[in-house]
Amino acid sequence: MSGPAASDIAAGEVLLSIENVSLSFGGVRAIRDVSFDIKKGEVRAIIGPNGAGKTSMLNVINGFYQPQQGRITFKGKTRSKMQPHDAARGGIARTFQNVALFKGMSALDNIMAGRTLKMRRGLLWQILRVGPALNEEVAHRHRVEEIIDFLEIQAIRKVPVARLPYGLQKRVELGRALAMEPDLLLLDEPMAGMNLEEKEDMSRFIVDVNDHFGTTVALIEHDMGVVMDLSDRVVVLDHGVKIADGTPDEVKKNQDVIDAYLGVAH
Amino acid sequence: MVAFGQFLEIIISGLLAGVLYSLVALGFVLIFKASGVFNFAQGAMVLLAGLALVRSLDFLAAKGFPMWTAIVLGLLFAAVIMAITAWLVERFVLGPLINQDGLTLFMSTIGITFMIEGGAQFIFGSDVYPLRLFPTDAWFLFEKAFDGGILVNKLDVWGGMIAAVLVAGLAVFFQRTKTGRALRAVADDHAAAQSVGIPLNWIWFIVWLVAGLVALVAATVWGTKLGVQFSITFLALKALPVLIIGGFTSVPGAIVGGLIIGAGEKLAEAYLGPSIGGGIEYWFAYVLALLVLLVRPQGLFGERIIERI
Amino acid sequence: MLYRETGQFKTSYSADMAVFPIRQDRIALWILLAVAFIGIPLLDAYQIGPMRGEYLIRAIFIPFLILALAAIGLNILTGYCGQLSLGSGAFMAVGAYSAYKFGTGVHIPLEIFTINIPPLPMLPSILLGGLMAAVVGILFGIPSLRIKGLYLAVATLAAQFFFDWLFIRVKWFTNYTSSGSVTAPELNFFGFFANKPIEKYLVCLVFVTLFALMAKNLVRGHIGRQWMAIRDMDIAAELMGIRPLYAKLSAFAVSSFIIGVAGALWAFIYLGSWEPLAFNIDRSFQLLFMVIIGGLGSILGAFLGAAFILVLPILLEQVPHALGIPITVETVSLLVFVVTGALICWLLIVEPHGFARLWSTGKEKLRLWPYPY
Repeated sequence: MSGPAASDIAAGEVLLSIENVSLSFGGVRAIRDVSFDIKKGEVRAIIGPNGAGKTSMLNVINGFYQPQQGRITFKGKTRSKMQPHDAARGGIARTFQNVALFKGMSALDNIMAGRTLKMRRGLLWQILRVGPALNEEVAHRHRVEEIIDFLEIQAIRKVPVARLPYGLQKRVELGRALAMEPDLLLLDEPMAGMNLEEKEDMSRFIVDVNDHFGTTVALIEHDMGVVMDLSDRVVVLDHGVKIADGTPDEVKKNQDVIDAYLGVAH
Repeated sequence: MVAFGQFLEIIISGLLAGVLYSLVALGFVLIFKASGVFNFAQGAMVLLAGLALVRSLDFLAAKGFPMWTAIVLGLLFAAVIMAITAWLVERFVLGPLINQDGLTLFMSTIGITFMIEGGAQFIFGSDVYPLRLFPTDAWFLFEKAFDGGILVNKLDVWGGMIAAVLVAGLAVFFQRTKTGRALRAVADDHAAAQSVGIPLNWIWFIVWLVAGLVALVAATVWGTKLGVQFSITFLALKALPVLIIGGFTSVPGAIVGGLIIGAGEKLAEAYLGPSIGGGIEYWFAYVLALLVLLVRPQGLFGERIIERI
Repeated sequence: MLYRETGQFKTSYSADMAVFPIRQDRIALWILLAVAFIGIPLLDAYQIGPMRGEYLIRAIFIPFLILALAAIGLNILTGYCGQLSLGSGAFMAVGAYSAYKFGTGVHIPLEIFTINIPPLPMLPSILLGGLMAAVVGILFGIPSLRIKGLYLAVATLAAQFFFDWLFIRVKWFTNYTSSGSVTAPELNFFGFFANKPIEKYLVCLVFVTLFALMAKNLVRGHIGRQWMAIRDMDIAAELMGIRPLYAKLSAFAVSSFIIGVAGALWAFIYLGSWEPLAFNIDRSFQLLFMVIIGGLGSILGAFLGAAFILVLPILLEQVPHALGIPITVETVSLLVFVVTGALICWLLIVEPHGFARLWSTGKEKLRLWPYPY
């Protein structure tokens, strides 16, 4: 494992730090020399117009894209590139813009899949499925059921996710991320396509996760109301460049942000 | 000079054999390019076209028709058969499967393969039928420079010329005609193509028809080489390495791929074969394709797939 | 009414996660096992009804069991883990020939020392055959880390054709017989001699039951979830910490092991004597059909698909006879081609997920019966 455990980092200290990261695809420069940090226990929003590089930023944190320049410091360990497995092991979990659930499995199995890193028993034990392997399955099932209770999706746990409505799919995806017991939760537009009620539910879950489990949350979101209510600090990206960084109030009044993204109320 | 002469002979025969592979691969490329379906039945279509052609030729010849008339009529007959097949396939198999994923469509083409193989032999017979459309003897080139000359098969040369004409024709078809453009649109995105008014069913019929005609051309050459018989269907398998190397959607790629496979096979058999035990041609093409894939997972000419989430 | 779950409460997670959580399913399974293990041998002993003679056992039950086993193996690789394989025939061959060599003694003179293994008993030979197939499977599975989908199928074809060639060319595998075909050693399972068809049938039945249970445990466990995750969305899976390397290679290993054992059983028990052609590309496609028609990602599907593909030609051959239509053997085999192809297409149109899906949809309707919804 790498660096001090998250519990060694006190609440309020920097958990993740992005320093001078640049990312290009061929000729397209998705992220240009961006630096910001995320403090443990906070809810950090990443906002900006479409194409600003927000999802790419999450992908860099996750290890899915490797930046050409810059460094990422997570839990005290600095790397120039993050590998997906390191990110997952280190306690970073993620949801996706276009729900990336395992369509062939039920909701329960999807969330159980999130427990992979915690499962120890090898192939041979699983073949026999007695004793240690079975106990491990049952123990993880307990934890997953707690998450299912938390997200209020008991009724649909055995349903194949392909059959679920969009809003519930997003909830299952959140459950799958929570099953990893992450230190840092990356949410890519968790409210996209939801009506008011669903948004309120989702907001409640995010707040609960942050309050009760102490999980640090980084979220990309377009709904300004949600951003202002939920987040502790906001970073604003535009065309791959950071144009503002501060509390929601500060950012709301920032002229650059208003010009690029928020607009003025008429 | 003998060794070099031998080498030239092997390379030339390999390249020309490769062109023949390309003829079959072209049919695959057409259908994949226009519908995203990997048509496993292409080999069976070559068989069907060949059987229709050779049986009608025999029939007409027996009735006393002069040779050239018989050939023209025979080709027309075979083309009609391929058109009927295209219509049947589109109406009863592909149409109902319009929104299914690639694997399902691929499996359905295997089902189609069985039906065509069984049906073709049931209607036209299951013997080996020799076809005599092209000269099958050989030239001996450069007899003065190389002892005995370099053996070049006339049939192979005919095959090369036909393939060249076919490729040129197909390139014009895809780039310049309205239908060709529509085919390319359909390959990119079914739903989008439909939304601009491109009739999907008609397009698929056209594609399978053209692929059927390509199969007919392939059948004329391969049928002369091997005789029209059931084992021709296995050409479909040999086309796979060709497609891997040349890319699944590239017409010139199919030619290049065929050349590489054809030459590679013959060279491997001649130079590696003796030390390992002979018969390498059986698997060399596939192993070559595998090695190419390890270096470039999308094939030599394929587009790099950039994953997005 | 018959199939209701009401009243069946699960009081523990392990009960909920059992193989057959519904009581009616469990009863059906016990009945099936009773018929298979006890009923059929009894009927055979007393030569009652269709069990008279040995045709049913030799021509239907035994090949069904062995092919179903192979189909389970292929289903793990292609159905659960999503790696298309067109080379399963080759893995059967590896299992068969390895078991043959282990059963007849291995003698390899190397430069420094000689490997000399005496002929092993039947059961270890078969299992070691499976193990060799697993090793080969892992080897040919390595490309799957870079190559996906249809391209991977070509890689498996390379395995198929290579091994076709290997077992013909390299005479060592066939113990230098002149004809190229080999005969299995005596079927002696630690004192139980499987000579009569019913004895062979029982051996196959034991193998298949144990392996099916093993497979079911694996696909229910977290390696099964990893396989399915890789199949459904390998990027998301990797970002969750699932290692594609481990998941894919384990799928290749387990799948090839099972297919290898099936190959050894096919050669030793069903064929008795065989040559490499028994495991050629036709066999690979046959297994692939079974898996697709039976249902990808379903252990039950492997059985249903095997039954369908095996029984169909036999049925089709009988129909003209039964109707009294004079027809040549050749024509019949052509018609079998056509009908098989048509049925595959029809099934893909009606239910792309195969018989297993039809079965579970049927069960869902049965739960509501006699109400329509």
